Amino acid sequence: MAMEMRLPVARKPLSESLGRESKKHLVVPGDTITTDTGFMRGHGTYMGEEKLIASVAGSVERVNKLICVKALKTRYNGEVGDIVVGRITERRRSAEDELAMRGFLQEGDLISAEVQAVFSDGAVSLHTRSLKYGKLGQGVLVQVSPSLVKRQKTHFHDLPCGASVILGNNGFIWIYPTPEHKEEDAGGFTANLEPVSLADREVISRLRNCIVSLVTQRMMLYDTSILYCYEASLPHQIKDILKPEIMEEIVMETRQRLLEQEG
Amino acid sequence: MASVSLSEAEKVYIVHGVQEDLRVDGRGCEDYRCVEVETDVVSNTSGSARVKLGHTDILVGVKAEMGTPKLEKPNEGYLEFFVDCSANATPEFEGRGGDDLGTEIANTLYRIFNNKSSIDLKSLCISPREHCWVLYVDVLLLECGGNLFDAISVAVKAALFNTRIPRVRVLEDEEGSKDIELSDDPYDCIRLSVENVPCIVTLCKIGYRHVVDATLQEEACSLASLLVSVTSKGVVTCMRKVGKGSLDPESIFEMMETGKRVGKVLHTSLQSVLHKEESLGPKRQKVGFLG
Repeated sequence: MAMEMRLPVARKPLSESLGRESKKHLVVPGDTITTDTGFMRGHGTYMGEEKLIASVAGSVERVNKLICVKALKTRYNGEVGDIVVGRITERRRSAEDELAMRGFLQEGDLISAEVQAVFSDGAVSLHTRSLKYGKLGQGVLVQVSPSLVKRQKTHFHDLPCGASVILGNNGFIWIYPTPEHKEEDAGGFTANLEPVSLADREVISRLRNCIVSLVTQRMMLYDTSILYCYEASLPHQIKDILKPEIMEEIVMETRQRLLEQEG
Repeated sequence: MASVSLSEAEKVYIVHGVQEDLRVDGRGCEDYRCVEVETDVVSNTSGSARVKLGHTDILVGVKAEMGTPKLEKPNEGYLEFFVDCSANATPEFEGRGGDDLGTEIANTLYRIFNNKSSIDLKSLCISPREHCWVLYVDVLLLECGGNLFDAISVAVKAALFNTRIPRVRVLEDEEGSKDIELSDDPYDCIRLSVENVPCIVTLCKIGYRHVVDATLQEEACSLASLLVSVTSKGVVTCMRKVGKGSLDPESIFEMMETGKRVGKVLHTSLQSVLHKEESLGPKRQKVGFLG
């Protein structure tokens, strides 16, 4: 059995450990970004009294003449076409609903769906009109901040390490064992309740811990970053990945590899 | 207790994982999450401690005040426990929602300390039948991430270790009236011996096996749990079963043995951390709440 107790260590600011010289321009709502009126205003800004003012808390990004503020931590804002993973909390109670839906979906079930439409109050309507979507079977859910999920062409990834992952835009990450038959995707409405093999479980647990470490160090989540983090974590035992010093080491290595790959 | 809702498939996954000794975060059935302990975090208390166990965050403050001994035990001081489940922990605790859980935890704490050897209550007596020290132990639940009882008992032990009670002397007048004199030196204090203070180990029954230090998701898959209160020597002071499900006697025996084994390791780790913190002295960099 393993038991570890330690004294807490104060967290170092990220820019120090990265050795970055230029600090990001951070603003809070109400801060003036610039008084120069030549800029076009993007998301997270508004014009007031001849000045450009920030409306969210985040870092200022500038692309030529466009200034926008990227929020560091937000609630999920739905966009048409986003993939989301959601849990059923409440359902309509009517006779037809009882007859039709209760056989397939219960309260507490997880589903993957696509955003069909966004209402003006922020509510979204979802559809599962493809076999890709539908009820999710056995696996592990990790909840992260939506701002850390990178927008990509596809959010369903079959990772070469032996498991599959769905990166929901709403911050719900679903890790599950890759189904053997390619026709059976994660969707459909019948869940497979047979025991998952130990090897698959190890891969899933390792991926889960890697995602948690990336999120703790505020790194963007996408298939490449998760894969590099997984490979960097292989020399360590699965349960050791969550120890603070090992987490830092693994994420640092992932960051290096990502920089090398881009540069 | 704060709870999460899980789908059937997720529960099946967790239960099968426990049978194979590989939990969702890679731990074995008898592994604890990483624990962070810090004492002396609240300045206007006699002793305080903060414990972080995964997502569970507990703060304990101990205040020593003078009071009169209880009638049936005139030569002893006593402890009073109060547990506050703050609404910060989970929205379910808003308003009076956390009161039930708070009283349950407080009653458990009273039970585990309700024996002659856990803490030396005679050392808290100042003059029999008239004055004694009363230790008010206040527990604040800041965040709820599963396994509350273990974290709270560890925090209470650490706070009692950190408690410093001022040294007093009783002076008697010629007329017989007694006067209590506080020592001039603010660092002149007595400390409690926490060697026999027990810690709680919660064992949750999931499927056919039991796990230690369950997360909220694992607690949702478990129908019955056993709380075992163990001292550093492996002596069980009290045991309590929680949950709707039933436990058969063999399971209870196995869980108790596991609890004793795990409890002894818990105590040794806690002792070493507390001694290490004390040896660092006043130069130690305090993290507190904003770290």
